[in-house]
Amino acid sequence: MQTFDLEAEGLRALNSALHALKGQTNMTAWEVINPKGAHAIAAGVDAPVEITVRGSTGYYCAGMNKLATIRIKGSAGPGVAENMMSGTVIIDGDASQYAGATGRGGLLVIKGNASSRCGISMKGIDIVVHGNIGHMSCFMAQSGNLVVLGDAGEALGDSLYEARLFVRGKVKSLGTDCIEKEMRDEHFLIVEDLLRRGEADAKARPEEFRRYGSARKLYNFNIDNAQSY
Amino acid sequence: MSDFPRTPPRFSATFTPAVNAEIRRAAASGIYDIRGGGTKRHLPHFDDLLFLGASISRYPLEGYREKCATDVWLGTRFAKNPIHLDIPVTIAGMSFGALSGPAKEALGRGASEAGTSTTTGDGGMTEEERGHSKTLVYQYLPSRYGMNPDDLRRADAIEIVVGQGAKPGGGGMLLGQKISDRVAQMRNLPKGIDQRSACRHPDWTGPDDLEIKILELREITNWEKPIYVKVGGARPYYDTALAVKAGADVVVVDGMQGGTAATQDVFIEHVGMPILACIPQAVKALQDLGMHRKVQLIVSGGIRTGADVAKALALGADAVAIGTAALIALGDNDPKWEAEYQALGSTADAYDDWHEGRDPAGITTQDPELASRFDPVLGGRRLKNYLKVMTLEAQTIARACGKNHLHNLEPEDLCSLTIEAAAMAGVPLAGTNWIPGRTGGF
Ligand SMILES: Cc1cc2nc3c(=O)[nH]c(=O)nc-3n(C[C@H](O)[C@H](O)[C@H](O)COP(=O)(O)O)c2cc1C
Repeated sequence: MQTFDLEAEGLRALNSALHALKGQTNMTAWEVINPKGAHAIAAGVDAPVEITVRGSTGYYCAGMNKLATIRIKGSAGPGVAENMMSGTVIIDGDASQYAGATGRGGLLVIKGNASSRCGISMKGIDIVVHGNIGHMSCFMAQSGNLVVLGDAGEALGDSLYEARLFVRGKVKSLGTDCIEKEMRDEHFLIVEDLLRRGEADAKARPEEFRRYGSARKLYNFNIDNAQSY
Repeated sequence: MSDFPRTPPRFSATFTPAVNAEIRRAAASGIYDIRGGGTKRHLPHFDDLLFLGASISRYPLEGYREKCATDVWLGTRFAKNPIHLDIPVTIAGMSFGALSGPAKEALGRGASEAGTSTTTGDGGMTEEERGHSKTLVYQYLPSRYGMNPDDLRRADAIEIVVGQGAKPGGGGMLLGQKISDRVAQMRNLPKGIDQRSACRHPDWTGPDDLEIKILELREITNWEKPIYVKVGGARPYYDTALAVKAGADVVVVDGMQGGTAATQDVFIEHVGMPILACIPQAVKALQDLGMHRKVQLIVSGGIRTGADVAKALALGADAVAIGTAALIALGDNDPKWEAEYQALGSTADAYDDWHEGRDPAGITTQDPELASRFDPVLGGRRLKNYLKVMTLEAQTIARACGKNHLHNLEPEDLCSLTIEAAAMAGVPLAGTNWIPGRTGGF
């Protein structure tokens, strides 16, 4: 295990060391201590390593992650795992706004709650939230899956494209063009798999979830929908 | 009936035939007009400025003998690898999706041969473009279509797009007709749907967040790449100052004449400020912060000639970007396709329905048959020629003003033809020392 004291050595040194792991590594386990809410911790990693951040992080922790498994033993600031490509990010605490924004792949797990705009514009990422999510989550979400064990705030899935949203609790309101859809066999399988990989299978069962998706009414412009745009 | 002459029919200056035609069109279709291109109305522009040339108090340089340098460095503030271009005319971001793959290739070929950069666009980086552009600027847009760290790292610079001159405050639009399999796949959306690109970034708002976003992008790319921030010409003084404060290496200000692939006509014609009004404000912001020439300024919106380039630089810009002019150089709106423009209800030099994807010149389309009409090698050569001519023109003017580098042009080399231009550009009205709003009286 490599231990990196962020406060003592600085962000640039940390990220350069992590980026240098691409393509060559027998140093697969890393620990970052004293993160103290710094921004862009472990952003742009591109190697199948395990990074544990002992404490809370600022903005954009694990941004654009590829391949790495990054565990945050605290809460995460805005834009955690934004545009993640692959790999896994697991947050023990809560996540601030825009968690997993525009993510294109991989798995983001938030064991606490996620704030507003969770999964905004997501493009293939899977997100599992053990708690609740805030308003405007999955705005313009294009693809991927969101599984929420708790409740969802206002305007869930507004202007949604093809992302699939599964919520166990209450949804305060659905956004424009987002509707409830039937849970079919394939959806139970998706939820089951994500609960397991999201370390939540002991907390919930797939049958408890409802599915929300796009009504696809805004896909081609129609003047009679002008009030919805 | 008397024999008195009748009042001849008189057209209203308010309800012109064009205005009435638009009312009828709206009434019949129930949809606003969407089109490509930039503002078509008359605006105060570079044509309203003139160079004074040398005289007794200033002496000129000998054409073709005494050197007038044209190169420019971009990104010298923080980036480890700033960009060095031979000429201060860059190719603006135009998306793959709006343009065909071969058109992007031609832009790369022409720009590289002329020693300048090209820019990706809303829709990601294509191999055509990366492969043919020696210097490629990768746009970081609200939609983040195709965004990925590998492309970030193989770009030569990163341009965070906050806005565009054609539509400050607006998002993008790519209508279903242009969503081919390849475009759909790159953007991760179903084929054939109208794609709306968001007008705000999904994971930051405001200047304090932007600073952190820039930090993240620098960290991901190891502080190597220059980071540009592009804004539409709305509040150039504050936008420039805030971009500098957020840590930009380069600020790009795009005036309202700037082209777009597809936007509502009402947006193009009624939102934003002409580039002439934007440049002095952006320059003032840089000067007030002690950052002029340290953070470079690129301006765009209606740049057509070497004279426009020279005027933009004289007002304090470090470089310019061209979109529409580059497309015309490639062959867009060429009268040789007139019969086909007519068939589409338009005419050469007025065709702007690029969003429909039926461009006879094969440039703003995803239709393989139309796109195959366009030869990227020839297109690239034409663009190179045009860029060389613009550069020569700008040098001709600069030498006449006694300058051995285009960047030595200054506002004192200019006068204005109109009061409006004098006020906006901060350059005295010809024959006077009057700058409305600054110097009192004649
Ligand atoms: C066909 C076309 C597509 C464009 N696509 C983009 C884009 O994807 N991103 C962007 O920031 N600007 C885009 N623009 C705007 C240009 O980057 C640039 O700001 C503008 O063209 C400059 O003005 P000019 O056309 O008068 O030279 C586009 C412009 C055109 C003409």
